[in-house]
Amino acid sequence: MPLVDLIGIHKSFGTNPVLRGIDLSVHEGQVVALIGRSGSGKSTLLRTINGLEHIDDGVISVDGEKIDARDTDLRALRLKVGMVFQQFNLFPHLTAAENVMLAPKVVKKAPQAELRALAVEMLEKVGLGDRLDHYPDQLSGGQQQRVAIARSLAMRPRVLLCDEVTSALDPELVAEVLAVVRKLADDGMTLIMVTHEMRFAREVCDQLVFMHQGRIHESGPPEQVFSAPQTEELRQFLGGIG
Amino acid sequence: MAYQFDFSSLSGYGDLLAKGAGLTVSLTVVGGLAGVAIGIAGAWARSRPVPVLAPVVAAYVEVIRNTPFLVQLFFLFFGLPALGIKLGEFQAAALAMVVNLGAYSTEIIRAGVQSIPRGQIEAAMSLAMTPLQIFRHVVLIPALKKIWPALSSQVVIVMLGSSVCSQIAAEELTFAANFIQSRNFRAFEVYFVVTALYLALSILLRWLLSRLGQALFERRRHG
Ligand SMILES: Nc1ncnc2c1ncn2[C@@H]1O[C@H](COP(=O)(O)OP(=O)(O)OP(=O)(O)O)[C@@H](O)[C@H]1O
Ligand SMILES: [Mg+2]
Repeated sequence: MPLVDLIGIHKSFGTNPVLRGIDLSVHEGQVVALIGRSGSGKSTLLRTINGLEHIDDGVISVDGEKIDARDTDLRALRLKVGMVFQQFNLFPHLTAAENVMLAPKVVKKAPQAELRALAVEMLEKVGLGDRLDHYPDQLSGGQQQRVAIARSLAMRPRVLLCDEVTSALDPELVAEVLAVVRKLADDGMTLIMVTHEMRFAREVCDQLVFMHQGRIHESGPPEQVFSAPQTEELRQFLGGIG
Repeated sequence: MAYQFDFSSLSGYGDLLAKGAGLTVSLTVVGGLAGVAIGIAGAWARSRPVPVLAPVVAAYVEVIRNTPFLVQLFFLFFGLPALGIKLGEFQAAALAMVVNLGAYSTEIIRAGVQSIPRGQIEAAMSLAMTPLQIFRHVVLIPALKKIWPALSSQVVIVMLGSSVCSQIAAEELTFAANFIQSRNFRAFEVYFVVTALYLALSILLRWLLSRLGQALFERRRHG
Protein backbone atom coordinates (compact mmCIF):
# COMPACT_ATOMS: atom_id res chain seq x y z
CA MET A 1 0.00 0.00 0.00
CA PRO A 2 1.49 3.36 -1.02
CA LEU A 3 2.24 5.95 1.65
CA VAL A 4 0.98 8.78 -0.55
CA ASP A 5 -1.77 8.05 -3.01
CA LEU A 6 -3.24 10.65 -5.34
CA ILE A 7 -6.22 9.67 -7.43
CA GLY A 8 -7.75 11.86 -10.11
CA ILE A 9 -6.68 15.20 -8.65
CA HIS A 10 -8.27 18.17 -10.37
CA LYS A 11 -7.70 21.79 -9.49
CA SER A 12 -8.57 25.03 -11.27
CA PHE A 13 -7.87 28.62 -10.42
CA GLY A 14 -10.99 30.32 -11.71
CA THR A 15 -11.31 29.15 -15.29
CA ASN A 16 -7.68 28.08 -15.50
CA PRO A 17 -7.37 24.30 -15.08
CA VAL A 18 -4.00 23.75 -13.42
CA LEU A 19 -4.20 20.09 -12.40
CA ARG A 20 -6.13 17.96 -14.88
CA GLY A 21 -6.32 14.50 -13.42
CA ILE A 22 -3.20 13.54 -11.49
CA ASP A 23 -2.65 9.96 -10.35
CA LEU A 24 0.49 9.35 -8.36
CA SER A 25 1.56 6.74 -5.82
CA VAL A 26 4.60 7.15 -3.62
CA HIS A 27 5.80 4.35 -1.39
CA GLU A 28 7.47 4.67 1.95
CA GLY A 29 11.10 5.67 1.59
CA GLN A 30 10.75 6.66 -2.05
CA VAL A 31 12.21 9.88 -3.38
CA VAL A 32 10.20 11.45 -6.19
CA ALA A 33 11.17 14.51 -8.19
CA LEU A 34 8.65 16.61 -10.09
CA ILE A 35 10.06 18.36 -13.11
CA GLY A 36 8.47 20.39 -15.86
CA ARG A 37 8.12 23.82 -17.35
CA SER A 38 7.12 26.88 -15.39
CA GLY A 39 3.36 26.88 -14.97
CA SER A 40 2.94 23.14 -15.49
CA GLY A 41 1.41 22.78 -12.01
CA LYS A 42 4.29 21.36 -9.95
CA SER A 43 3.94 23.72 -6.99
CA THR A 44 0.17 23.48 -7.06
CA LEU A 45 0.37 19.70 -6.91
CA LEU A 46 2.73 19.78 -3.93
CA ARG A 47 0.49 22.29 -2.17
CA THR A 48 -2.57 20.08 -2.57
CA ILE A 49 -0.76 17.22 -0.82
CA ASN A 50 -0.71 19.11 2.47
CA GLY A 51 -3.93 20.99 1.95
CA LEU A 52 -2.55 24.44 1.18
CA GLU A 53 -4.72 24.28 -1.94
CA HIS A 54 -8.20 22.79 -1.93
CA ILE A 55 -8.84 20.30 -4.67
CA ASP A 56 -11.89 20.36 -6.93
CA ASP A 57 -12.00 16.63 -7.47
CA GLY A 58 -10.10 13.49 -6.57
CA VAL A 59 -8.81 11.81 -3.44
CA ILE A 60 -5.59 12.34 -1.55
CA SER A 61 -4.50 9.79 0.98
CA VAL A 62 -1.41 9.93 3.10
CA ASP A 63 -0.65 7.13 5.55
CA GLY A 64 -4.34 6.24 5.78
CA GLU A 65 -5.51 9.85 6.15
CA LYS A 66 -7.96 10.42 3.28
CA ILE A 67 -9.29 13.73 2.04
CA ASP A 68 -11.36 14.79 -0.93
CA ALA A 69 -12.88 17.98 -2.32
CA ARG A 70 -15.47 18.21 0.46
CA ASP A 71 -13.03 18.19 3.37
CA THR A 72 -12.34 21.45 5.09
CA ASP A 73 -10.28 20.44 8.10
CA LEU A 74 -6.96 19.58 6.61
CA ARG A 75 -4.88 19.61 9.76
CA ALA A 76 -4.91 15.84 10.19
CA LEU A 77 -3.32 15.63 6.75
CA ARG A 78 -0.78 18.32 7.59
CA LEU A 79 0.31 16.39 10.67
CA LYS A 80 1.58 13.70 8.31
CA VAL A 81 3.05 15.95 5.65
CA GLY A 82 5.88 18.43 6.11
CA MET A 83 6.70 21.15 3.63
CA VAL A 84 9.78 23.20 2.84
CA PHE A 85 9.35 26.29 0.69
CA GLN A 86 11.50 28.12 -1.78
CA GLN A 87 11.53 31.23 0.42
CA PHE A 88 12.38 29.50 3.75
CA ASN A 89 9.53 31.35 5.52
CA LEU A 90 11.13 31.24 8.95
CA PHE A 91 9.40 33.15 11.74
CA PRO A 92 11.61 36.23 12.06
CA HIS A 93 10.91 36.97 15.72
CA LEU A 94 11.98 33.51 16.86
CA THR A 95 15.45 31.97 17.11
CA ALA A 96 16.38 28.90 15.11
CA ALA A 97 15.59 26.68 18.09
CA GLU A 98 12.30 28.49 18.76
CA ASN A 99 11.31 28.12 15.11
CA VAL A 100 11.86 24.38 15.45
CA MET A 101 10.08 24.09 18.81
CA LEU A 102 7.00 26.19 18.09
CA ALA A 103 4.76 23.65 16.35
CA PRO A 104 5.71 20.71 18.61
CA LYS A 105 4.92 22.98 21.55
CA VAL A 106 1.58 24.43 20.48
CA VAL A 107 0.28 21.67 18.21
CA LYS A 108 1.59 18.54 19.91
CA LYS A 109 1.84 20.05 23.40
CA ALA A 110 5.24 18.42 23.87
CA PRO A 111 6.60 18.98 27.39
CA GLN A 112 9.05 21.84 27.82
CA ALA A 113 11.86 19.51 28.84
CA GLU A 114 11.66 17.57 25.58
CA LEU A 115 11.38 20.63 23.38
CA ARG A 116 14.92 21.88 23.74
CA ALA A 117 16.32 18.40 23.18
CA LEU A 118 14.16 18.10 20.08
CA ALA A 119 15.47 21.41 18.73
CA VAL A 120 19.05 20.34 19.36
CA GLU A 121 18.47 16.98 17.69
CA MET A 122 16.83 18.46 14.60
CA LEU A 123 19.26 21.33 14.17
CA GLU A 124 22.21 18.98 14.57
CA LYS A 125 20.71 16.80 11.89
CA VAL A 126 20.96 19.73 9.45
CA GLY A 127 24.40 20.72 10.69
CA LEU A 128 23.34 23.74 12.72
CA GLY A 129 23.88 22.54 16.28
CA ASP A 130 25.92 25.71 16.86
CA ARG A 131 23.25 28.13 15.66
CA LEU A 132 20.41 27.35 18.08
CA ASP A 133 20.00 30.87 19.40
CA HIS A 134 20.54 32.78 16.19
CA TYR A 135 17.68 34.69 14.63
CA PRO A 136 16.84 34.12 10.97
CA ASP A 137 18.35 37.43 9.85
CA GLN A 138 21.61 36.40 11.50
CA LEU A 139 21.85 33.31 9.28
CA SER A 140 22.81 32.85 5.63
CA GLY A 141 20.17 31.73 3.15
CA GLY A 142 21.51 28.20 3.18
CA GLN A 143 21.41 28.09 6.96
CA GLN A 144 17.88 29.51 7.01
CA GLN A 145 16.72 26.85 4.61
CA ARG A 146 18.29 24.16 6.77
CA VAL A 147 16.49 25.55 9.81
CA ALA A 148 13.28 25.37 7.79
CA ILE A 149 13.99 21.71 7.06
CA ALA A 150 14.67 21.06 10.76
CA ARG A 151 11.43 22.85 11.64
CA SER A 152 9.46 20.51 9.39
CA LEU A 153 11.24 17.40 10.62
CA ALA A 154 10.50 18.30 14.24
CA MET A 155 6.84 17.43 13.59
CA ARG A 156 8.01 13.97 12.49
CA PRO A 157 6.12 13.98 9.17
CA ARG A 158 5.68 10.76 7.20
CA VAL A 159 6.53 12.56 3.99
CA LEU A 160 8.39 15.79 3.26
CA LEU A 161 7.50 18.06 0.35
CA CYS A 162 10.23 20.31 -1.01
CA ASP A 163 9.36 23.06 -3.50
CA GLU A 164 12.51 24.31 -5.23
CA VAL A 165 14.30 24.56 -1.92
CA THR A 166 17.52 25.82 -3.49
CA SER A 167 16.11 28.23 -6.06
CA ALA A 168 16.31 31.30 -3.83
CA LEU A 169 19.89 30.61 -2.79
CA ASP A 170 23.18 32.01 -4.01
CA PRO A 171 24.97 29.33 -6.05
CA GLU A 172 27.63 28.72 -3.39
CA LEU A 173 24.96 27.89 -0.79
CA VAL A 174 23.07 25.33 -2.87
CA ALA A 175 25.34 22.40 -2.06
CA GLU A 176 24.93 22.54 1.73
CA VAL A 177 21.14 22.35 1.42
CA LEU A 178 21.23 19.58 -1.18
CA ALA A 179 23.59 17.63 1.09
CA VAL A 180 20.96 17.76 3.85
CA VAL A 181 18.22 16.61 1.49
CA ARG A 182 20.43 13.81 0.24
CA LYS A 183 21.08 12.67 3.80
CA LEU A 184 17.34 12.62 4.52
CA ALA A 185 16.85 10.47 1.44
CA ASP A 186 19.63 8.13 2.54
CA ASP A 187 18.04 7.86 5.98
CA GLY A 188 14.84 6.61 4.37
CA MET A 189 12.69 9.74 4.48
CA THR A 190 9.91 9.77 1.90
CA LEU A 191 10.43 12.85 -0.25
CA ILE A 192 8.47 14.54 -3.01
CA MET A 193 10.36 17.46 -4.44
CA VAL A 194 10.12 19.98 -7.20
CA THR A 195 13.59 20.70 -8.46
CA HIS A 196 15.54 22.17 -11.32
CA GLU A 197 18.74 20.49 -10.12
CA MET A 198 18.73 17.75 -12.72
CA ARG A 199 22.01 16.17 -11.68
CA PHE A 200 20.82 15.96 -8.10
CA ALA A 201 17.49 14.49 -9.20
CA ARG A 202 19.28 11.90 -11.26
CA GLU A 203 21.50 10.84 -8.38
CA VAL A 204 19.01 10.86 -5.54
CA CYS A 205 15.58 10.09 -6.93
CA ASP A 206 13.86 6.76 -7.39
CA GLN A 207 11.28 8.22 -9.69
CA LEU A 208 11.14 11.25 -11.92
CA VAL A 209 7.77 12.74 -12.80
CA PHE A 210 7.54 15.07 -15.77
CA MET A 211 4.52 17.35 -15.60
CA HIS A 212 3.11 19.09 -18.63
CA GLN A 213 -0.04 21.22 -18.79
CA GLY A 214 -1.44 19.93 -15.54
CA ARG A 215 -0.90 16.26 -16.25
CA ILE A 216 1.78 13.69 -15.56
CA HIS A 217 3.12 13.44 -19.05
CA GLU A 218 5.80 10.86 -18.43
CA SER A 219 7.44 9.25 -15.46
CA GLY A 220 9.90 6.54 -14.54
CA PRO A 221 13.27 5.86 -12.98
CA PRO A 222 15.71 8.70 -13.67
CA GLU A 223 18.06 6.72 -15.97
CA GLN A 224 15.16 5.84 -18.21
CA VAL A 225 13.62 9.29 -18.22
CA PHE A 226 16.91 11.00 -18.96
CA SER A 227 18.35 8.58 -21.47
CA ALA A 228 15.22 7.44 -23.24
CA PRO A 229 12.48 10.06 -23.03
CA GLN A 230 9.35 8.71 -24.69
CA THR A 231 7.61 11.95 -25.61
CA GLU A 232 8.53 14.95 -27.68
CA GLU A 233 7.63 17.35 -24.84
CA LEU A 234 10.04 15.72 -22.40
CA ARG A 235 12.77 15.64 -25.05
CA GLN A 236 12.27 19.36 -25.62
CA PHE A 237 12.23 20.08 -21.92
CA LEU A 238 15.43 18.14 -21.28
CA GLY A 239 17.04 19.68 -24.33
CA GLY A 240 16.02 23.16 -23.24
CA ILE A 241 17.74 22.91 -19.90
CA GLY A 242 20.83 21.25 -21.40
CA MET B 1 -1.51 97.82 33.08
CA ALA B 2 0.41 94.63 32.37
CA TYR B 3 -0.98 91.30 33.59
CA GLN B 4 0.51 90.32 36.94
CA PHE B 5 1.37 86.64 37.00
CA ASP B 6 0.43 85.08 40.28
CA PHE B 7 1.10 81.39 40.52
CA SER B 8 0.59 81.52 44.27
CA SER B 9 -3.08 81.83 43.42
CA LEU B 10 -2.91 78.09 42.72
CA SER B 11 -1.84 77.24 46.24
CA GLY B 12 -4.42 75.18 47.98
CA TYR B 13 -5.50 73.58 44.70
CA GLY B 14 -2.57 71.14 44.50
CA ASP B 15 -4.64 68.25 45.79
CA LEU B 16 -7.35 68.89 43.24
CA LEU B 17 -4.85 68.97 40.37
CA ALA B 18 -3.18 65.81 41.63
CA LYS B 19 -6.51 64.05 41.90
CA GLY B 20 -7.42 65.21 38.39
CA ALA B 21 -4.11 64.00 36.99
CA GLY B 22 -4.62 60.71 38.82
CA LEU B 23 -7.99 60.22 37.19
CA THR B 24 -6.55 61.06 33.77
CA VAL B 25 -3.91 58.39 34.35
CA SER B 26 -6.54 55.86 35.48
CA LEU B 27 -8.68 56.54 32.42
CA THR B 28 -5.63 56.15 30.20
CA VAL B 29 -4.56 52.87 31.78
CA VAL B 30 -8.04 51.36 31.51
CA GLY B 31 -8.65 52.81 28.05
CA GLY B 32 -5.19 51.86 26.80
CA LEU B 33 -5.18 48.27 27.99
CA ALA B 34 -8.75 47.39 27.14
CA GLY B 35 -8.69 49.44 23.93
CA VAL B 36 -5.60 47.69 22.59
CA ALA B 37 -7.02 44.32 23.66
CA ILE B 38 -10.13 45.08 21.60
CA GLY B 39 -7.89 46.22 18.77
CA ILE B 40 -6.07 42.88 18.78
CA ALA B 41 -9.36 40.96 18.85
CA GLY B 42 -10.79 43.22 16.14
CA ALA B 43 -7.77 42.77 13.90
CA TRP B 44 -8.04 39.00 14.38
CA ALA B 45 -11.74 39.05 13.50
CA ARG B 46 -11.12 41.10 10.37
CA SER B 47 -8.33 38.81 9.24
CA ARG B 48 -10.70 35.84 9.13
CA PRO B 49 -13.25 35.02 6.45
CA VAL B 50 -16.01 34.83 9.06
CA PRO B 51 -19.37 35.79 7.52
CA VAL B 52 -20.96 37.90 10.28
CA LEU B 53 -18.14 38.94 12.58
CA ALA B 54 -15.83 40.62 10.09
CA PRO B 55 -18.48 43.04 8.69
CA VAL B 56 -19.75 43.83 12.20
CA VAL B 57 -16.23 44.77 13.28
CA ALA B 58 -15.75 46.79 10.09
CA ALA B 59 -18.97 48.71 10.80
CA TYR B 60 -17.91 49.39 14.40
CA VAL B 61 -14.57 50.76 13.23
CA GLU B 62 -16.20 53.01 10.63
CA VAL B 63 -18.82 54.40 13.01
CA ILE B 64 -16.24 55.30 15.65
CA ARG B 65 -13.70 56.73 13.24
CA ASN B 66 -16.27 58.94 11.56
CA THR B 67 -17.94 60.49 14.59
CA PRO B 68 -16.59 62.93 17.21
CA PHE B 69 -15.32 61.52 20.48
CA LEU B 70 -17.46 64.03 22.39
CA VAL B 71 -20.61 62.70 20.73
CA GLN B 72 -19.60 59.12 21.51
CA LEU B 73 -19.12 60.14 25.13
CA PHE B 74 -22.46 61.94 25.32
CA PHE B 75 -24.17 58.99 23.73
CA LEU B 76 -22.86 56.65 26.41
CA PHE B 77 -23.48 59.02 29.29
CA PHE B 78 -26.71 60.79 28.30
CA GLY B 79 -28.09 58.44 25.65
CA LEU B 80 -27.84 55.01 27.21
CA PRO B 81 -29.96 55.80 30.30
CA ALA B 82 -32.92 55.91 27.88
CA LEU B 83 -32.33 52.18 27.47
CA GLY B 84 -32.07 51.76 31.21
CA ILE B 85 -28.26 51.62 31.21
CA LYS B 86 -27.00 54.22 33.64
CA LEU B 87 -23.25 54.73 33.80
CA GLY B 88 -21.30 56.82 36.29
CA GLU B 89 -19.00 59.59 35.01
CA PHE B 90 -15.86 57.51 35.32
CA GLN B 91 -17.51 54.43 33.84
CA ALA B 92 -18.85 56.35 30.87
CA ALA B 93 -15.55 58.16 30.31
CA ALA B 94 -13.52 54.94 30.53
CA LEU B 95 -15.92 53.05 28.29
CA ALA B 96 -15.88 55.83 25.70
CA MET B 97 -12.09 55.72 25.63
CA VAL B 98 -12.04 51.93 25.35
CA VAL B 99 -14.55 51.94 22.51
CA ASN B 100 -12.74 54.76 20.74
CA LEU B 101 -9.23 53.34 21.03
CA GLY B 102 -10.57 49.86 20.24
CA ALA B 103 -11.73 51.05 16.83
CA TYR B 104 -8.57 52.99 15.94
CA SER B 105 -6.26 50.26 17.17
CA THR B 106 -8.22 47.61 15.26
CA GLU B 107 -7.38 49.51 12.10
CA ILE B 108 -3.76 50.11 13.07
CA ILE B 109 -3.09 46.52 14.15
CA ARG B 110 -4.88 45.20 11.09
CA ALA B 111 -2.34 47.01 8.92
CA GLY B 112 0.41 45.23 10.86
CA VAL B 113 -1.32 41.88 10.43
CA GLN B 114 -1.60 42.44 6.70
CA SER B 115 2.11 43.15 6.45
CA ILE B 116 3.03 39.62 7.53
CA PRO B 117 4.22 37.69 4.47
CA ARG B 118 1.77 35.06 3.29
CA GLY B 119 4.59 32.51 3.17
CA GLN B 120 5.10 32.61 6.94
CA ILE B 121 1.42 31.90 7.48
CA GLU B 122 1.53 29.03 5.00
CA ALA B 123 4.60 27.64 6.74
CA ALA B 124 2.67 27.68 10.02
CA MET B 125 -0.34 26.06 8.34
CA SER B 126 1.86 23.33 6.94
CA LEU B 127 3.00 22.65 10.51
CA ALA B 128 -0.66 21.89 11.35
CA MET B 129 -1.14 24.98 13.50
CA THR B 130 -4.71 26.24 13.91
CA PRO B 131 -5.67 29.74 12.73
CA LEU B 132 -5.74 31.01 16.31
CA GLN B 133 -2.34 29.49 17.08
CA ILE B 134 -0.95 31.08 13.93
CA PHE B 135 -2.33 34.48 14.87
CA ARG B 136 -1.03 34.30 18.39
CA HIS B 137 2.42 32.82 17.82
CA VAL B 138 3.36 33.77 14.27
CA VAL B 139 1.45 36.91 13.33
CA LEU B 140 0.81 39.00 16.42
CA ILE B 141 4.27 39.92 17.69
CA PRO B 142 5.79 40.88 14.31
CA ALA B 143 2.56 42.73 13.46
CA LEU B 144 2.64 44.74 16.69
CA LYS B 145 6.32 45.45 16.22
CA LYS B 146 5.63 46.88 12.79
CA ILE B 147 2.93 49.30 13.96
CA TRP B 148 4.11 49.98 17.51
CA PRO B 149 4.99 53.67 16.89
CA ALA B 150 1.56 54.33 15.35
CA LEU B 151 -0.20 52.46 18.12
CA SER B 152 1.77 54.33 20.78
CA SER B 153 0.79 57.65 19.23
CA GLN B 154 -2.84 56.62 19.21
CA VAL B 155 -2.71 55.78 22.92
CA VAL B 156 -1.25 59.23 23.61
CA ILE B 157 -3.97 60.84 21.49
CA VAL B 158 -6.61 59.02 23.51
CA MET B 159 -4.96 60.10 26.75
CA LEU B 160 -5.08 63.73 25.62
CA GLY B 161 -8.62 63.22 24.35
CA SER B 162 -9.69 62.25 27.85
CA SER B 163 -9.80 66.01 28.58
CA VAL B 164 -13.14 65.97 26.79
CA CYS B 165 -14.51 63.84 29.62
CA SER B 166 -14.62 66.99 31.74
CA GLN B 167 -17.81 67.69 29.78
CA ILE B 168 -19.66 64.97 31.67
CA ALA B 169 -18.08 66.06 34.95
CA ALA B 170 -15.59 63.22 35.14
CA GLU B 171 -13.16 64.88 37.52
CA GLU B 172 -10.00 64.45 35.49
CA LEU B 173 -7.27 67.00 34.92
CA THR B 174 -9.12 69.39 32.63
CA PHE B 175 -12.16 69.28 34.87
CA ALA B 176 -9.95 70.22 37.80
CA ALA B 177 -8.47 73.09 35.79
CA ASN B 178 -11.87 74.43 34.79
CA PHE B 179 -13.03 74.22 38.37
CA ILE B 180 -10.00 76.05 39.79
CA GLN B 181 -10.18 78.71 37.10
CA SER B 182 -13.82 79.36 37.96
CA ARG B 183 -12.78 80.00 41.55
CA ASN B 184 -9.59 82.05 41.31
CA PHE B 185 -10.13 83.57 37.84
CA ARG B 186 -6.49 82.90 37.04
CA ALA B 187 -6.96 81.31 33.63
CA PHE B 188 -3.39 81.83 32.43
CA GLU B 189 -1.74 80.33 35.48
CA VAL B 190 -4.15 77.40 35.72
CA TYR B 191 -3.98 76.39 32.09
CA PHE B 192 -0.25 77.00 31.97
CA VAL B 193 0.25 74.50 34.78
CA VAL B 194 -2.24 72.05 33.30
CA THR B 195 -0.57 72.28 29.90
CA ALA B 196 2.74 71.43 31.55
CA LEU B 197 1.12 68.51 33.35
CA TYR B 198 -0.35 67.08 30.11
CA LEU B 199 3.00 67.51 28.44
CA ALA B 200 4.73 65.66 31.27
CA LEU B 201 2.14 62.88 31.16
CA SER B 202 2.55 62.53 27.40
CA ILE B 203 6.32 62.32 27.63
CA LEU B 204 6.06 59.78 30.43
CA LEU B 205 3.51 57.71 28.53
CA ARG B 206 5.59 57.70 25.34
CA TRP B 207 8.63 56.62 27.33
CA LEU B 208 6.70 53.82 29.01
CA LEU B 209 5.30 52.60 25.72
CA SER B 210 8.70 52.60 24.11
CA ARG B 211 10.11 50.57 27.03
CA LEU B 212 7.18 48.17 26.74
CA GLY B 213 7.91 47.85 23.03
CA GLN B 214 11.54 47.05 23.75
CA ALA B 215 10.52 44.40 26.27
CA LEU B 216 8.05 42.83 23.84
CA PHE B 217 10.26 42.83 20.78
CA GLU B 218 13.72 42.60 22.30
CA ARG B 219 16.02 39.78 21.28
CA ARG B 220 17.90 37.78 23.80
CA ARG B 221 21.61 37.88 23.10
CA HIS B 222 23.38 34.84 21.87
CA GLY B 223 26.99 33.79 22.16
N1 LIG C 1 -3.01 31.27 -6.24
C1 LIG C 1 -3.16 31.22 -7.58
N2 LIG C 1 -4.15 31.88 -8.19
C2 LIG C 1 -4.32 31.83 -9.53
N3 LIG C 1 -3.54 31.12 -10.35
C3 LIG C 1 -2.52 30.44 -9.82
C4 LIG C 1 -2.29 30.43 -8.40
N4 LIG C 1 -1.20 29.67 -8.15
C5 LIG C 1 -0.81 29.19 -9.35
N5 LIG C 1 -1.59 29.64 -10.35
C6 LIG C 1 -1.45 29.30 -11.78
O1 LIG C 1 -1.40 27.91 -11.89
C7 LIG C 1 -0.50 27.50 -12.88
C8 LIG C 1 0.49 26.52 -12.30
O2 LIG C 1 1.27 27.18 -11.32
P1 LIG C 1 2.36 26.43 -10.46
O3 LIG C 1 2.90 27.43 -9.51
O4 LIG C 1 1.79 25.18 -9.91
O5 LIG C 1 3.44 26.08 -11.56
P2 LIG C 1 4.89 25.49 -11.39
O6 LIG C 1 4.95 24.28 -12.23
O7 LIG C 1 5.23 25.34 -9.95
O8 LIG C 1 5.77 26.62 -12.05
P3 LIG C 1 7.21 27.21 -11.61
O9 LIG C 1 8.24 26.28 -12.20
O10 LIG C 1 7.26 28.55 -12.27
O11 LIG C 1 7.27 27.27 -10.13
C9 LIG C 1 0.12 28.78 -13.42
O12 LIG C 1 -0.55 29.11 -14.61
C10 LIG C 1 -0.16 29.81 -12.36
O13 LIG C 1 -0.30 31.06 -12.93
MG1 LIG D 1 6.55 26.29 -8.61
